[in-house]
Amino acid sequence: MSFSPLKIVLFVSEFMVPLVIFYIVGYGMLMKKNVYEDFVKGAKDGMMTVVQILPTLIGLMVAVGVLRASGFLDLLAKLFTPVAMLTNFPSELVPLTIVRLFSSSAATGLALDVFKEFGTDSYIGTLASIMMSCTETVFYTMSIYFMAAHVKKTRWTLPIALASTFAGIVASVFLAKIM
Amino acid sequence: MLNYLWGLMLLLGVIYGAFTGRIDAVTNAVLDSSKEAVSLCVTMLGVMGVWVGVMEIAKTSGLIKVLSRKMQPLIKFLFPKIPHGHEANEFILVNIISNILGLGWAATPAGLKAMEAMEKLEKERGNKEYLETASSSKRCASNEMCTFLVINISSLQLIPVNMIAYRSQYGSINPALIVGPAIIATFVSTIVAVILCKVAEGGKHK
Repeated sequence: MSFSPLKIVLFVSEFMVPLVIFYIVGYGMLMKKNVYEDFVKGAKDGMMTVVQILPTLIGLMVAVGVLRASGFLDLLAKLFTPVAMLTNFPSELVPLTIVRLFSSSAATGLALDVFKEFGTDSYIGTLASIMMSCTETVFYTMSIYFMAAHVKKTRWTLPIALASTFAGIVASVFLAKIM
Repeated sequence: MLNYLWGLMLLLGVIYGAFTGRIDAVTNAVLDSSKEAVSLCVTMLGVMGVWVGVMEIAKTSGLIKVLSRKMQPLIKFLFPKIPHGHEANEFILVNIISNILGLGWAATPAGLKAMEAMEKLEKERGNKEYLETASSSKRCASNEMCTFLVINISSLQLIPVNMIAYRSQYGSINPALIVGPAIIATFVSTIVAVILCKVAEGGKHK
């Protein structure tokens, strides 16, 4: 059996979720907590969160669905083809990348559209999954956080946040390629 | 922000669809997409139920507290100038832990509290921009605020539960396959963020 870095990464993928569950439930039992009752209580909270996001999801999936059906997303992807040719980044993901900076839920809508159009396990689908997992809503987060501290001048926050987002995207492209 | 974005998406879609003669497809998209959103939420109900349930065990068993204590040195490294025992430390810690565990709804309130605490810290430091009399339009973010935000934006989430749920809903053979790569990509973006923040903090502006 050979040990390539890729194998280790895929191994982590496979084991991460069960491992986290094992560790947390095991720790809870060691501490003699009522793990099942706690779980049920938490599960209820989790479901409430989903119910709360349902309206936004309906709104955004309809908006993205309309854009897709009208052919506008294809037009957008075509417009970005030159950029994509230069950078080796799929043009279909350019709208997702831009929207991701502004709104997490709108980006989710677009990512789901990518899954539908290209499949979750295609190169584009994999790349979209990794990208969505390693980036945050830059502008939204900045605006609500700085509002809380009543700050107007954000100094170097934006350039560095964008640089870090860019680094995450470059890493995603590299990882999706070798998978 | 979303008001414009959402409105624009719908208006553009309808106008472009009308011009390209795909208005019937647009109508179908409205109906199909709304149905799809509901079926997606049914999948999400299960996944999020399990995940938040498990996290509740982590919370009540004190595991999250133990993890926070282990993270203390990291906070010290990232924010060396926040005095020991200042309330900002606590909020930053809760925010970062919640982000790592993917508890976004717990991360944001703690993050906002952390920002308020850092605002108070500037007042305690006697920063003139932060006095009651100073106009807030000229107020500059402190080094700690910038670093905190950049690290938040760099994404810290260990397991992208939402993405796994979406992937499983859309027929992925192995929805969790992206966990490993996502951890690496998240690590890369966070390392870049930390290095650049350290460089920027070392620059002028006290």
